[in-house]
Amino acid sequence: MACFIVPGTEAIVTTIVTGVVKKKEKEAEGKTSTETAPLNENGKVRFSTKLGWLNNMLWGGSALLAFEHVWHGEVIPTFPFLTAVKNGEVADMLGEMSTAGVAMALLVTAVWGGMLVVSSVIEKRSAESKEAES
Amino acid sequence: MTLLITIFAAITVTLIWYKKAPDNSMRLGMLSLMFWGASLMWLIDAVFEYAELGAEFFTPAGEDMLNDSYLGLCVVALGLIIWLVYLFIKDPKGIIKKTLSGNRA
Repeated sequence: MACFIVPGTEAIVTTIVTGVVKKKEKEAEGKTSTETAPLNENGKVRFSTKLGWLNNMLWGGSALLAFEHVWHGEVIPTFPFLTAVKNGEVADMLGEMSTAGVAMALLVTAVWGGMLVVSSVIEKRSAESKEAES
Repeated sequence: MTLLITIFAAITVTLIWYKKAPDNSMRLGMLSLMFWGASLMWLIDAVFEYAELGAEFFTPAGEDMLNDSYLGLCVVALGLIIWLVYLFIKDPKGIIKKTLSGNRA
């Protein structure tokens, strides 16, 4: 019905957070350039880059899911844009958003959390092997 | 079928990204994450549908399967179009800029 709205809303929030984090990273490093490298001075992946992974998954997934909803006639080009709202099935729609929609957002965020853990372990190992070499 | 087609697209793009890494000038990482995000969301959809239909979920009608496959291919095409637009806007190799300024190298 409209489950894609939940991860879509999360995408808006995480994009704003990414902007703020990117600005803070730039201020901390004293750079004026708009394009920051994915790695920081310690050779670790910047947190803003890691947030970018979540943004890509959330925006991409929501956009493709929104297209699927258009395909099935659940999203329409005229006001109120959602068939469920037009047909007075708002309660069903909210029910689906709070179950499937929230589960989608949680799963994507959990997978991103897993990616953070893996990248952190790789960075630690890489730092340890560099220390052992020197 | 939509889920399956999107997963195959995600795996294919991820393998190409891995082969090209660390060179990410084609922004393949963005495309693979986009397909993975959609795959995870459709996985949840599939779980909810399975909870509702049970074993019937695995034996869809031929017409439904054909429609879902067609949707899956359209989803992959849309994903590729979004990626292409993003690539042209970012223009990491500066090709669009060079072409538009008539300064071909």
